[in-house]
Formats: sequence, structure tokens, C-alpha cells
Amino acid sequence: MKSFIPPEFQVYRDEDRCDQCRGCERQCSFGVHSYDQDRDSIISDESKCAGCQRCVIFCPMDALTIRPSPSSYRPNSSWTREKMDDLKKQAETGGVILTGCGSDKPFRIYWDHMVLNASQVTNPSIDPLREPMELRTFLGPKPDFLKISGEGKDVAIETEIGPNVVVEASILFSAMSYGAISYQAFKSLAMAACDFGTFFNTGEGGLPKELRSDYGRCAVVQVASGRYGIDAEYLNCAAAVEIKVGQGAKPGIGGHLPAEKVSSLVAETRMIPEGTDAISPAPHHDIYSIEDLSMLIYALKEATNYEKPISVKIAAVHNFAAIASGIVRAGADIIAIDGLRGGTGAAPKTIRDNVGIPIELAISSVDRRLRDEGIRNSCSLLAAGGIRCSGDVIKAIALGADGVYIGTAALIAMGCTLCQKCYTGRCNWGICTQDPRLAGRINPHIASRRLTNLLRAWSAEIKEMLGGMGINAIESLRGNRDHLRGVGLYEWELDVLGIKGAGE
Amino acid sequence: MTGPRNPSDIDHPSSADQKLPSHLSARTAGQGIPDEGSLERSDPGDEAASPTAETSNQVCGGAVVDATGLKTKELSDRLRDLMLAGTGRMIVKNACGQRYIGTRLYRPGQASLQIEIFGTPGNDLGAFLSGHRILVHGNVQDGVGNTMDRGEIVVEGRAGDVLGMSMRGGRIFVRDGVGYRTALHMKEYLDQKPVVVIGGTAQDFLGEYMAGGIVLVLDLGNRGHQSNFIGTGMHGGAIFLRGSVNLTQLGKEVEISDPGEEDHALLENLIHEFLIRFPELAARQEELQKSQFVKLTPVSKRPYGKMYAY
Repeated sequence: MKSFIPPEFQVYRDEDRCDQCRGCERQCSFGVHSYDQDRDSIISDESKCAGCQRCVIFCPMDALTIRPSPSSYRPNSSWTREKMDDLKKQAETGGVILTGCGSDKPFRIYWDHMVLNASQVTNPSIDPLREPMELRTFLGPKPDFLKISGEGKDVAIETEIGPNVVVEASILFSAMSYGAISYQAFKSLAMAACDFGTFFNTGEGGLPKELRSDYGRCAVVQVASGRYGIDAEYLNCAAAVEIKVGQGAKPGIGGHLPAEKVSSLVAETRMIPEGTDAISPAPHHDIYSIEDLSMLIYALKEATNYEKPISVKIAAVHNFAAIASGIVRAGADIIAIDGLRGGTGAAPKTIRDNVGIPIELAISSVDRRLRDEGIRNSCSLLAAGGIRCSGDVIKAIALGADGVYIGTAALIAMGCTLCQKCYTGRCNWGICTQDPRLAGRINPHIASRRLTNLLRAWSAEIKEMLGGMGINAIESLRGNRDHLRGVGLYEWELDVLGIKGAGE
Repeated sequence: MTGPRNPSDIDHPSSADQKLPSHLSARTAGQGIPDEGSLERSDPGDEAASPTAETSNQVCGGAVVDATGLKTKELSDRLRDLMLAGTGRMIVKNACGQRYIGTRLYRPGQASLQIEIFGTPGNDLGAFLSGHRILVHGNVQDGVGNTMDRGEIVVEGRAGDVLGMSMRGGRIFVRDGVGYRTALHMKEYLDQKPVVVIGGTAQDFLGEYMAGGIVLVLDLGNRGHQSNFIGTGMHGGAIFLRGSVNLTQLGKEVEISDPGEEDHALLENLIHEFLIRFPELAARQEELQKSQFVKLTPVSKRPYGKMYAY
């Protein structure tokens, strides 16, 4: 069937600069560039271009420019180009529109409507270059009371404290499974997490056996509805275990890892036959209630001898604060909440762009709810979905999170350009692919350095901002909403965020 | 925590207990986990392996734990202590709703343990089980063998819902019937193929999302299979039903066929294994071997492959 969808991008080649090295042809897995022998020139099939900029970056002559196609339908605020093209695609295939990455829709980004405080005159700011600044956070349950015995130097904590893990800088890498991302990208995250003193999250695709001894200690291993790659060793080699109930990009639905991405090593790690779809059902079929969730939490505590904190990850949806309260009461040590803009390797576009709520509103409502109920100390709160910079991290913590998960930001550090073609498995940047030729474009030693650089840079910025507020430990900022003010927000938004307007 | 927790509460095996019957000593002598084929219960008449509640105190080679009044964690604390003390065989008496029995008994390099349970264990019996053998003299509740990896669970009674959910290896034998969603999303990888054999019948959604492994339902009561939505979303493995099934009872992702020659060999073997575990049913052997079976397999390894627009 002839496609009626016009190309999204225009490929502009400066013929004076191009020396026909055909590098662009080799770089592009979508097959945009090819050499035409008859015309002795490189031609471009723009309809295949995802706009990922791989060929632009790697063109040795800087001869290429990829830009949004200037050709356009008659402008229409209702029938936008995206709406029309998606509709045509469905008319041509009859399929559910898939996409990758977090939602790109113009929902209000509350980070950009909140500003931080700083010390002036009456309280001194702290210079983090000269004074100690603590970014370390402990994730896990904190006791209601602390009973201390002994006197003088011989004091001991009598209270039994549940398992906690220590995170530098309060930033963890989000769940990205091996299978969704390449082995090299997965290993890069693992290496960076161990180097920096934080954690990566295996997602639901298991943890390859050979990585367990070196990187298990920096892993949060996931137990999702598909239960892929889970055995007692997997659970016990990790620092923490996370039950994945929901994901911000696709709340309420499961996942299908298409057979094309189930390579032999992915099959081995997930423990499923090569070439079958890996289907994660929408619900956990042993969880239909908070009581059932509690049963799985305690099954995992039993399986790990009560030595690891158990996290439960949910998507931020309506009434989720009440659900979070139930999750704490069910015995979770950590709650991870993934907002509307959370990323994905593949999700139906209609789900990604229409379901869930922004993480900023979610953090403050769950933090408030748990405080009101007097159970905030029973668990740590991780926020995920749309954390783009250190400013977002510090605002998340001021709103009430203990720490954040970053996924998309980590991928961008490794080269991702958010072309949203993750679901095709043809990622030119070697991230979201199982093609050995493409995956080989990531060198874990270099990519992990990009990631640790990012964490180091954000840490320095967070210290500067904390110092400016006169605070020397990130835990002192947690839930300290007095340090935030809203700009350009409605009253109800300020109420939900629990912050005052700027100038107040 | 309530309840005493000291060693005197647990009957540790005496030195005489080391004289295990040969089929048990293989599992406690540090030889690792024997392959599935050798995991047979003892011959009928071997009194050490099939104690009754009245005689279990005199059982050779087993540490007895009385579960009366114990909470789940208290019971698993004791079983774990026994494992760490090197006990190869544990007998739980008066189990009453304690969950996750066997789950806490993982440690790297641990040889397979034998756990015998009298009473009614609670949900998630043998969840994440990693190579141990559990024998239950009684009924069991929901979630038996949840995400089980290796080992064996034998139930001399009936089981509740989601038995063998996401199970990826090992075997479960249930003498009587099972509840809903049995073998849900069970999966296999190479030679790690989970097996569930059910003496009675299963309720609805048997083998839902099933991605691998073998399920055999024997319907020993000759009641006929009443289950609906069998194999909904199935994309791997095989279900065998003794007798026949109405096409309206099947999910649209499965197709029905007659077992082939290889299947018959497999069925014969599984029936043999089943009857070894339930010797009281030995008289049914000939009838079972001669019975008709139907085989259910997925139509496609990719039931949802054509759902999306790329």
C-alpha cells in the first residue's frame, strides 16, 4: 500500500563538502542513505529518517544537516500533523501506534514553574568547596523510635533497623532491562553505578549471570509481572529488590518485548526460548489487592532472608497516594513513583500520552499523605519520570522525595537523541538494540565515564544549590517545601504542590 | 517477635539420624542436586519416608519442627537455622497457614533439602524454590511453587489457585484437583522445563499466558474437564488433558491435537512418576496408560506479533 505520510525530516547534503565516503550509509540502520552508482552520488530516502542525528555527528566532512521537513499540511490547531500522520499510519496498517521515550506532549512541566530559595544576610550560605556537604541518602525503612543503650563511649542502638542501602547524591539509574537496551548500554549503567556509589536497576529482563558478582552489589533487581530471569541467586546478589507494578510511560498495561529483540543472550537472561515474544502481563496475577502485594513483598523478604530493602514501583495515577499508603502498610521499604513523562523502550502512544499524572504533583501528594498518616518514615520515596537536570533533582527532594531515578537523562548521556524509535530495535546509537553491529557502537568503558561525569557534575551543582540555601545535608532538604515557590501556577496547583507563590 | 527461639525447641537429628535411607542420603551428602529423574519418593513400605503424624517423632534423619502457634517468620527462622546447622531433612508438623515454606532456604551451594509437611501450609508454598523437595501430607493453599526455579513439590491433597505461576523449572505433583489459573505464565529455557501433573481437574484459565513447560491433567475422578478459557494467551509449552475437552473451553490462542509418539512416551513417563509419588493410586496405572489424551499447544509463538503499527 502506498504510504500517504510525508517524510518527517529533510536530509540536506552539502555536495561541496561531501566526499562520498559513504560513512553516513554505514551509520544509518534505517537505510536512509545509499550510494547510487548510475548517478555517482549519495542519495537519501527521507521517508526512513528518524532524525536521530547519528549521520550528522559522524560525517567527517560536516556535510549533513537533518532538520524537520519544511513541507507541511495546511496548519491546523486541531488536526496537527502528528495527529494526521498517526491516523494515516493506522489506516495503512490497522495496528496500535507504538512509540519510545517519554511523552513529548506539552503538559505543564512544574519543575520550570518552581524556584528555589537562597540565603541572604540573615542566614549564612555555605561554600561547598570549603565545607563538608553531605549528599548521601539512606534508602529503606526508618524506625518510629530509636532506643539507645549504654553510657559514655559505649552506646549502642538497640532498636532493630530494617535494611537500608546507601546512595551517593540521591540519584539512581532507572529500570531499563537488558533486552530493551543493549548489553553494552546495560553494562555501562552497571559500571557507572558501582563507580559512583549508586545503583542501577535491572528492569524486568534479569541480570546476566556473568555480571552478578561484579555488579550485583550496585543492582536493584526487578520482579515484574513477567517474572523473567528470576531465581534465588538473582534476588540475593542484588542490593535491593523492586516489585514493578507500573511504569509512568504505560500505567496499567504490560509489555511485549518483540521476538526480534529476543537474541540468544537475552533469551538466556530472561530464561525463555529464543525468538518468542516476551510478554509481561498487565497485572501481576498473584496481586489483586494490597494484601496480595504484601504477600509478594514478604515472599521476597523471605527469599532474601530479610537482608534487602523491597521497593514497589508504581505509576503516578489518580488516587495513587492512597495506594501508596497501602503499599507502605503492605511492608514495602521503598516506594518508587514514576510520572507521566517517564520513558519507555516501547509503549502504545495513546497510553504514553494520555495516562498518568506529572511526577511533581505526585511527589508532594504522596509525601503529604504519608506524613499525615504518620508512616512517612516507614519507607523511602523515589521519584522518576522527567528528571532532566540537577535543578529537577533538588526540587524533587524539596517536594518530599528521598531520591530520584533517572532513565532518559542517563540514555542521553550515552548518546540518545530521543528519536523515539526504540521499539524498532534499530537504534543507531547502540542503546536500544540487540543488533551486535549497532550495540558495538557503545564502549562500556567510555559510556560509563559519560555517566559518572554526569553524576559528578550534578552532584557539584546540587551542593552549590544546597549551600546557597544554607543547608549542608541533602536529608535536611527533604520535604522542606519552604525552600520552593511557585511562579505562574494556579491556586490549586500551589495547593497540591504544597508551596507558596513567589513573593509570598 | 513472640515465641521462644532456642535450639531446644527443635529436635535436632542425633548422630543415629545420619543413617539415612539411601534415597535421602544422596541429597544430604553434599553431592549437589540430583537430576530430576532420580528424585523419587521412596518405595512404598519404606517407613522412614512416609511417616504418619503419629509416628513422625521417631522418623530417622529428620529434624521435627512443631509449627503449632508459630508465625510464618518464626517457622522459617527455625527451618533456616536447621539448614545452617546442616540438617538435610526437615519435618514440619501441624502446619496451619504459615506461608513461604521453603522460600527462605536459599544459600549458594546449598544441597537439596527434603521438607515434609503435615497439616495445611499457607500461601506461596515453595515460592522461588531453589532445588529443594517438599512433600505435603494434606491440602495446600494458593500460589504453590510461585516463580519456582528447581526442585519438587508433591501434594497429597488438593491445591488452591495460581499453582506453578511463572514457574521456570522443577516439578509439582498434586494428587487431587487444583484451583484457577494453574501454570499461569509458566516458562522454559533449554533443558529447564517445568512440569505440573494434576491428579484431579483444574479450574478456569489453566495455562494462561503459558510460555513453556508441560502440564498434565489426569482427571482421576472421571468428572470431565470443566475448566474454561484454557490456554488463553498461551505462546509456548504444552497442556495434556486425559479424556476430551470441548473446543468452547479453549482460549483462542491454542489449538488441539492428538498426542504424537514422543508425547506418548512423555505421558507414560509422567504417569509413572505420578504413581510413584502416590502409590495408593497404583491400581489406576493400566487405565491411565490406555486412556485417550488431547494435547493443547499454542497457535503461535507470537500471539500479539501483528498488533502494532511500526
